[in-house]
Amino acid sequence: MPTIEIDDKVIEVKAGSTIIEAADSMGIPIPRFCYHKKLSVAANCRMCLVQVEKMGKPLPACATPVTDGMKVFTRSQFAVKAQKSVMEFLLINHPLDCPICDQGGECELQDIAVGYGASGSRYTEEKRVVLNKNIGPLISTDMTRCIQCTRCVRFLKEVGGMMELGMVGRGEHAEITAYVDKSVDSELSGNIIDLCPVGALTSKPFRYSARTWELIRRHSIAPHDGLGSPIEMHVKGNTVMRVLPREDEAINECWISDRDRYSYEALNSADRLTTPMIKDNGVWVETDWQSALEFAATRLNDIARNNPQDIGVLVSPNSTMEEAYLAKKLAQGLGCGNVDHRLRQSDFRLDSKHIGTVWMGCNISDVQSMERVLVIGSNLRNEHPLLTHRLRKAVKAGAELSLLNPIDDDPLMPVAHKTICAPDAMVNALAQILKAMSVMPRYAGHLSPAVSNLIDKVKVQSGPQSSAQAIAESLSGSSASVDLVAPRAAVLLGNIAVHHPRYAEIYSLGEAIAELCGASFGVLSEAANSVGADFAQVLPNADAMNARTMLESPRKGYLLVNVEPELDCHNAHLAAKAMAEAECVVALTVFKSEALRDADVLLPIAPFSETSGTFMNMEGRVQTFSAAVKPLGECRPAWKVLRVLGNVLNIPGFDFDSSEQVSREIFGGEDPSQLASNRLNNHLYDSGVRDAARVNDETPNILQRIGEISLYQADALVRRAAPLQKTKYAVPLAAYMHHAQLAQLGFQAGGAVTVSQGNGSVSLMAQIDDHVPIGCIRIAAALKETAALGDMFGPLEIKAVEIKAA
Amino acid sequence: MLSAESIAKIDRELAKYPANQRRSAVMSSLAIVQDEHGWLSKESISDVAAYLGIPDIAVLEVASFYNMYELKPTGKYKLTVCTNISCMLRDAHGIVEHLEHRLGIHCGETTADGKFTLKEGECMGACGSAPLLLVNNKDMREFLTNEKVDEMLEGLK
Amino acid sequence: MSPSLNATLNSVCFRTIDKPNPASLETYRSLGGYEVLKRIITEQTPAVEIINELKLSNLRGRGGAGFPTGLKWSFMPKNYEGDKYLLCNSDEGEPGTFKDRDILRYNPHQLIEGMAIGGYVMGAKTGYNYIHGEIWAEYEIFERALDEARAAGLLGDNLFGTNFSFNLYAHHGYGAYICGEETALLESVEGKKGQPRFKPPFPASYGLYGKPTTINNTETFASVPYILQHGGQHFLDLGVANSGGTKLFSVSGHVEKPGNFEVNMGLPFPELLALAGGVWKGRKLKAVIPGGSSVPVVPADVMMATNMDYDSITKAGSMLGAGSVIVMDESTDMVKALDRLSYFYFEESCGQCTPCREGTGWLWRVVRRIADGKGRMEDLDLLTDVSTNISGRTICALGDAAATPVLSFIKHFRPEFEYYIQHGRSMITG
Ligand SMILES: Cc1cc2nc3c(=O)[nH]c(=O)nc-3n(C[C@H](O)[C@H](O)[C@H](O)COP(=O)(O)O)c2cc1C
Ligand code: SF4
Ligand code: FES
Repeated sequence: MPTIEIDDKVIEVKAGSTIIEAADSMGIPIPRFCYHKKLSVAANCRMCLVQVEKMGKPLPACATPVTDGMKVFTRSQFAVKAQKSVMEFLLINHPLDCPICDQGGECELQDIAVGYGASGSRYTEEKRVVLNKNIGPLISTDMTRCIQCTRCVRFLKEVGGMMELGMVGRGEHAEITAYVDKSVDSELSGNIIDLCPVGALTSKPFRYSARTWELIRRHSIAPHDGLGSPIEMHVKGNTVMRVLPREDEAINECWISDRDRYSYEALNSADRLTTPMIKDNGVWVETDWQSALEFAATRLNDIARNNPQDIGVLVSPNSTMEEAYLAKKLAQGLGCGNVDHRLRQSDFRLDSKHIGTVWMGCNISDVQSMERVLVIGSNLRNEHPLLTHRLRKAVKAGAELSLLNPIDDDPLMPVAHKTICAPDAMVNALAQILKAMSVMPRYAGHLSPAVSNLIDKVKVQSGPQSSAQAIAESLSGSSASVDLVAPRAAVLLGNIAVHHPRYAEIYSLGEAIAELCGASFGVLSEAANSVGADFAQVLPNADAMNARTMLESPRKGYLLVNVEPELDCHNAHLAAKAMAEAECVVALTVFKSEALRDADVLLPIAPFSETSGTFMNMEGRVQTFSAAVKPLGECRPAWKVLRVLGNVLNIPGFDFDSSEQVSREIFGGEDPSQLASNRLNNHLYDSGVRDAARVNDETPNILQRIGEISLYQADALVRRAAPLQKTKYAVPLAAYMHHAQLAQLGFQAGGAVTVSQGNGSVSLMAQIDDHVPIGCIRIAAALKETAALGDMFGPLEIKAVEIKAA
Repeated sequence: MLSAESIAKIDRELAKYPANQRRSAVMSSLAIVQDEHGWLSKESISDVAAYLGIPDIAVLEVASFYNMYELKPTGKYKLTVCTNISCMLRDAHGIVEHLEHRLGIHCGETTADGKFTLKEGECMGACGSAPLLLVNNKDMREFLTNEKVDEMLEGLK
Repeated sequence: MSPSLNATLNSVCFRTIDKPNPASLETYRSLGGYEVLKRIITEQTPAVEIINELKLSNLRGRGGAGFPTGLKWSFMPKNYEGDKYLLCNSDEGEPGTFKDRDILRYNPHQLIEGMAIGGYVMGAKTGYNYIHGEIWAEYEIFERALDEARAAGLLGDNLFGTNFSFNLYAHHGYGAYICGEETALLESVEGKKGQPRFKPPFPASYGLYGKPTTINNTETFASVPYILQHGGQHFLDLGVANSGGTKLFSVSGHVEKPGNFEVNMGLPFPELLALAGGVWKGRKLKAVIPGGSSVPVVPADVMMATNMDYDSITKAGSMLGAGSVIVMDESTDMVKALDRLSYFYFEESCGQCTPCREGTGWLWRVVRRIADGKGRMEDLDLLTDVSTNISGRTICALGDAAATPVLSFIKHFRPEFEYYIQHGRSMITG
């Protein structure tokens, strides 16, 4: 390891590191604009020039590798002269509009200019003006302020996976822009706002709404996916004005997805429920908490007294552990075992077979060092926008990524092998991979007889259409030299796999594949607290009803914790019907929602920003946060509402003064992370489900729905984040199918069709999407427009709407 | 849509580079497409991007970086006069003035009949035959005099 | 004065120039062309022998920097598995430079042979020649020469029945001076904007497509076959100490017969001037830029006492550069000349690094203001200061190249600038 000296301090650094890395590790400040530790080095701003002994020219610290014995001076006259001259160059064409610039107060240019700028300007010529660009609803531009550091360009290319911005023109005319009139559509786009060292890229929704020094920064955890990115909520008065990432190398590095960044826009939407409401003869009336709680308690109690199993409790997987736990505890107090948070799951055959709490099977940060990965059933960028970047890193470093998915959307990284097939064919496709792997000499005899028998008749298809063999070879590493002791391989299930009607078999086969080749295995959990709710056993008791059966056999009463039934449940039609038929629906909700039209009492609860609580993310990390702002209106944190409900119902053990007390009870006073690591386990008790698997099934020749949840429809909050709804992810609803499918059915693109599932049907437009396999129609779920339909995956009928002659 | 002819030419260029480096043919592809249409429209640039399998913006970066690509329509004949030092010393500005006078336009403009666009250019690597100009990027006219310019204009129909 | 070195005119890179059909394979072969290539390939001459011969010849890169070619060739990793590349830099776009065009036009096969030899020595199987976009006719001549060479089995796979393969292609630029900078050239061949890369890593370890790559100027490559044909010592002896061989000098501007002259290194400048017919219209010499627009301007008296070789020109306060001699007579308005040069660098800056992107525009605007009669006395110090602030602080040498003319013009012709500022008009042209 080379030893170098910076400003007379000696340090030993890793060979190959740069001067700026060494200086940063020593806390020696070197000014910089273009350098960013997570991006490639451009060395174009020249702000980081330092003096290096024996060199006649100042060198850029960001790009100069250290050599043994190197002596660096960052504050010598020689260095400072160079730095000051660069500062002067940067400012000559920079507008003097700091007073009206949103970046003011947090501007790297401003900050560094204070240290290195001259008091007056020697530049008396005309300043450059650059036309602004409209790059979409999230980011506002002031391109005259741009200093061409290209951080944004590099971010989108390197982290976002697609070059959406470029620097066109050259010399002084060079400017950053998207292609002609395109917008920046990356689901990670907001990070370029943070990266921009000046005020050229700022947040459009936040624009001109506050000055940075008026904002109070409060820590929180993003509540939309299983990653659990640490965030900072910037608060003015009692309003969250914007959300920024906090840095955690193990989770989000220094990024957040746009979903996590802009969902705050829903926090004060007009939809917010701010007072309790009771339905009186079919009419909603506002009421006070006391009356609402008593009303709810009495009605639930009435049902429970008769038969506690007539109640169903559905909890959003984005609820905190405390909320979910208290809902479960309340149900138990009522004698009811019908509790579930797995609202979009439809196959529960594995219940009682799990040894522990299901998680992703490795750490988030491990993903980027995987060499071989099989992702099963995941539209990655939609489901796990930021985690996908870790996978992208792995692939960039040479990992082979294989996909088994019913949709062929581009993950913006090279995919080594893929099988894109109808949902129904996925089980057989997995069996083929397992079969192909099991006959490899090194795995011969490794499969248990049960599994062996199961796939006995499975035929591994050959030919270019089949990638089973290739995936098996890739995963087992037979194409490379493999470390057999700890292979860096993973088999990961995505949301589509979990929502799949044959999740049990997909899981079982996935696990068998992983076990055979020594890969880690797990589920990329869908929601902020899916793992936590599992961990807290917010699951049906043995023999009780799960999230699906509770709706299939409608209950008399429902307790909903932050659930919009027809949008959050697997089968929208069943959910709506069950609510409509119930005698009583008690809904703890952040929003007034059309989906709660059949509720009887609405209890206004605080969204994550207004409450304290705990999430457990996909890797089992326990993260606690406190409220960033006070609850709006009469809203109360849900854990408090549940506590009082418990009190009113006279259920013992509901004397909590704080959410911390609740979480202490959940973890039994033990260290949460210790406990989590003991309990996280993806293994299954026996191979019962494997026996039942119909792995040889030929794909039945019926049309199936792919009911995907689009990025900005995943939960109640994002649905109401207006800027996100204006992005191109808000794809127009339609029945999307392969062009050959369209032709086969005799439809016209743009023509009206009627789609029916079970008893429900909706009218849609038929559209072409060649990412959808033949035999499938892609119709988004979690939308009120498709709420009349049933299962997210499953058979459907489709016919053209006859245009009646006038 | 790229014409079949352009595609054939582009394919010939592509053969020069490794199969996984299609991007290397972007400059020649743009030149080929510009030869066909006279300039590079937004659509042409997207077409080239799609054919080479690279992002539109990456192609626009290239098209806007190199001087000889035209991002706006030009006249049928684009005359680019080098006015750099060696040419300037041999009165390239006189040639420019003569052309401006003859065509009734200034540098950077196109004649009303859409026939001529006049431009000033940077060093063309031919300073020994100054003053000189390029017709449509490829046809160099050297050792210019006003008379030669007149003759040339006659010839460009 | 009459030239004393007629006998050695056009003896290396231009040796076909007086023949009919100079660019043809036939002509080149009649001079023993491609025999060196055939010999070394079939005899499997060790690479180090060839490199030693080049070192002995003291051939220095003709692209401007004058780096010893033998040494450069020895930097290519020897046991590298995988592709290596060879690139020829025919992108000459530096004002005053037009020599490589004539090599392409009159002797393309010597360049091709030089590159193929380089491919053999450095273990590169593929080469590209990057040709300045504006000289399209020469691009086509070169393409035809390549076809000829391929058809004759001089390029391609398994040359002369051995397992040595070398494929060579032409790649054209399309109007960007900066692509002459070797790493910008790499980017450009990769299909990107021509923005120079920061070095290290150097092309020899991370070049085209990230592979080891060597880049040489056209004249450099074209000199190689001659050197190996006649021996390093012979080439060295053509020149003077530290400057082996011949050099192409491109003489432009105020001379009677502008053009390229290949002469022995060390030729006294007055003789070169005489070859070019002397200062035109019987006028007096005012100044010379001896190595292309990026090197310091030299006043007439100093220049007339200087020989055309690396050391002599350095002693005269300038650089030999690419051997591009821009001659300016007494009628030249030095402020207007600098205005034009500064505009060039402003226009050609790639725009990535701050001092060059911002500084070149600043320099030009101030010079233009002076030329417009609106200068201020403090502008001269400002120009000096801004130039110094650009120099040495940029990614590539274009920054220095932009600063050099400003510094040297003001240094040598300050009174002309002051006159402009004081009188609002030119001291020379009124
Ligand atoms: C701005 C700039 C422009 C250049 N232009 C050319 C050029 O047109 N031709 C050339 O051969 N070298 C040019 N060079 C020098 C090259 O970077 C490189 O040094 C040269 O091609 C190496 O070849 P050589 O060793 O044979 O001289 C330029 C350098 C700079 C900084
Ligand atoms: S010095 Fe100028 S031309 Fe060279 S890299 Fe920097 S901006 Fe580009
Ligand atoms: S931070 Fe080093 S050059 Fe920009």
